[in-house]
Amino acid sequence: MTAMLNVVWLQSGGCGGCTISLLNSDSRDLFGSLKAAGLCFLWHPALSEESGAEALEVLERCASGAERLDILCVEGSLLRGPRGTGRFHMLAGTGLPMTDWVRRLAAQARHIVAIGSCASFGGITAAGANPAEACGLQYEGELPGGLLGPRYRSQSGMPVINVAGCPTHPGWVTDSLMAIAMGSLGGGDLDEFNRPRLYTSHLVHHGCNRNEYYEFKASAEKPSDLGCLMENMGCMGTQAHADCNIRLWNGSGSCVRGGFACVRCTEPEFEEPGHPFARTPKVAGIPLALPTDMPKAWFIALSALSKSATPKRVRDNAVADHQVVVPQTKKPGPR
Amino acid sequence: MTRLVVGPFNRVEGDLEVTLDIADGLVRAAYVNSPMYRGFEEILVGKDPFDALVFAPRICGICSVSQSTAAARALAQAMNIEMPENGERAANLVLAAENLADHLTHFYLFFMPDFARNAYAGRPWHPSVKTRFAAVKGSATTDALPARAGFLAIMGYLAGKWPHTLAIQPGGSSRSVEEAERIRVCALLIEFRGFLERRLFGDRLEAVTALDSEPALRSWMKQRPPAASDFRLFLEIADDLALGRLGRAGDRFLSYGAYPLQGKPLFGRGVWDDGMAPFDPANVTEDPTFAWMDGPGKPLHPSEGVTRPHAEKADAYSWCKAPRLAGKTMETGALARQMVDGLPLIRDLVAASGGNVRNRVIARLLEIARVVPAMEQWARALKPGEPFCRQGPFPDDASGVGLAESARGSLGHWLTVSRGRIQNYQIVSPTTWNFSPRDAAGMEGPLEQALVGTPVGDAERVPLAVQHVVRSFDPCMVCTVH
Repeated sequence: MTAMLNVVWLQSGGCGGCTISLLNSDSRDLFGSLKAAGLCFLWHPALSEESGAEALEVLERCASGAERLDILCVEGSLLRGPRGTGRFHMLAGTGLPMTDWVRRLAAQARHIVAIGSCASFGGITAAGANPAEACGLQYEGELPGGLLGPRYRSQSGMPVINVAGCPTHPGWVTDSLMAIAMGSLGGGDLDEFNRPRLYTSHLVHHGCNRNEYYEFKASAEKPSDLGCLMENMGCMGTQAHADCNIRLWNGSGSCVRGGFACVRCTEPEFEEPGHPFARTPKVAGIPLALPTDMPKAWFIALSALSKSATPKRVRDNAVADHQVVVPQTKKPGPR
Repeated sequence: MTRLVVGPFNRVEGDLEVTLDIADGLVRAAYVNSPMYRGFEEILVGKDPFDALVFAPRICGICSVSQSTAAARALAQAMNIEMPENGERAANLVLAAENLADHLTHFYLFFMPDFARNAYAGRPWHPSVKTRFAAVKGSATTDALPARAGFLAIMGYLAGKWPHTLAIQPGGSSRSVEEAERIRVCALLIEFRGFLERRLFGDRLEAVTALDSEPALRSWMKQRPPAASDFRLFLEIADDLALGRLGRAGDRFLSYGAYPLQGKPLFGRGVWDDGMAPFDPANVTEDPTFAWMDGPGKPLHPSEGVTRPHAEKADAYSWCKAPRLAGKTMETGALARQMVDGLPLIRDLVAASGGNVRNRVIARLLEIARVVPAMEQWARALKPGEPFCRQGPFPDDASGVGLAESARGSLGHWLTVSRGRIQNYQIVSPTTWNFSPRDAAGMEGPLEQALVGTPVGDAERVPLAVQHVVRSFDPCMVCTVH
């Protein structure tokens, strides 16, 4: 391992949930292993000892270039309001908008990592009329731009690395930081929204434990039903890029395993789906948003066929909150 | 008189700035500024009422389930729907998991590391505290984080994920539980109890909750050396630094009551103001005088509350409005919950020395010891096969109030729905109560009161005692500045 990389973490227009999620890591020794991987946290607002003036000294040393800044992590959206002044978040003790601090530090950083969908794209704070003028570091929703502008590149030549998710999975953060530390995260390892492919090369649908219900289009109709959440309950797991049902959350969970829809929280503009989150928009009874990489006509034809072939067990269980028909043990037959 | 602006405060959730007027080594006046505005109350207007279940938890990553709970209860009141027993137990388990994980995070990661600072070198307890509690590096971090993550595996079973679950519904939980999962949740609780009894308390949980007076606590202390457990070590520090004389606010306490089951909460609802009184939600107001907020300029009940930011407002100094109960400030949090519920040790401690840094921390830790046995009962009593969630239609025009207790105190959501859309949504969070600015009458908020009289050393740029007082409230600024 080469020299330690200096990491500074800032929080702005978000909920702090990505840090809280990071602490849910299933590592036996989270900070010890990050350190062993070559990552040295100079300052993290929720964890470090330094407060007030001591903390500002660390930031000032990095912003002025006196201290090397290898990785700048930003959690939370950047609040440009009101009217572009940035006053909706003045970094305490400095009288300066947080957006100014982020611009100064971004100019020095070797890598910059957006932690969560807010810092990546604006996220939940950008919903509705976006009263706080929230945006991401390098995106405003789906549009390149954001606080730093589309042409921004960090000292390494990389754009902002968007570890999107609401919140992020602890593994997405630790894997991305470790990949940077190992020098193995290059431009080709990011997807079209500059998210690390190490977690966005899968769909939330992959590994979904409701897959049998999906195959037979046996759908849940109300919260706590066991069936597929796509047809009625607003689930967008077939279009959301993330490995939530492969990696799992808090040991054994995921949104669909919790009985509720995937709201595609790793995607830009997830906060404004254009319909109530927990209700699937339909035209003539057919969900509007079908899997993107197959012809709609085929999907509908296959659905009709599979619905007509649905076993009673699957059909009945789909609309119950426990298995009312359990899989049968095969009766012993002649050998 | 000199003026000191302190911020950013590390190890509080979100950004915080405190301005102190200091004379003769003591804080004479404090002004608490929540320096961020996000606008959730504006964002929610016009949305489908159920969308509140997606937005509310995202107000805060550390009180996420509390926000969900308040939103679900506001919707439930509007729908006139109640949870089945399984739903109540599952929802209680999920909220308790969040609240206890937050208490643990606060103690191990946010509060205790300040005593490991070099400024305390020379104190008899400092070497062991430094080894155990130094920020990030201390051995406690390596102990407490895996214990916390293991405990939060409960969320994997009951909530899908944490933070930001959608499992808490007005009619119960979207996550039904199978028999094998019920057993695994019980197993996780057994493991967590083991950590608490070995490391945090060094004693059985039941032995800790049985301590019923200050003398009983003192004799428990004397029976074991400071290094016997983390709680014991804290008590040693608290005595040496007189934390029981630091950070006293108004000694008026508010709790909305926590963990209901069949109409009865585990911890009761009420107000302590020189004795118990019932809580009347009609008496809650928010005063915008010193907040960067436009509006009618007078205190309003949250059901009529207005949120219109005005960054240039003269004399304002925070994004936080000033909540009052019948015109009075209220302290809220674990200490308030246990005062209102009447836990003998807490009543005794507060009778002797009021709400202060030591008593707030003791109440938080005792609450962990009280809630884990309740969680064990809820988990054992889950009945796979019986309903977890009731359903019902949502009326086109309705209103509802959702009251919940998060780790750091009383949280309320006030919802009005008109023609099937949210017409008004007002949130009054615990730290809004505790870190309130002054009101029109000039009455300071609880932290502002608590900081008056706090000692400040000559050379201190970030006064340590001030930090202890601030962190003793376990503030959540991101909730405050929703």
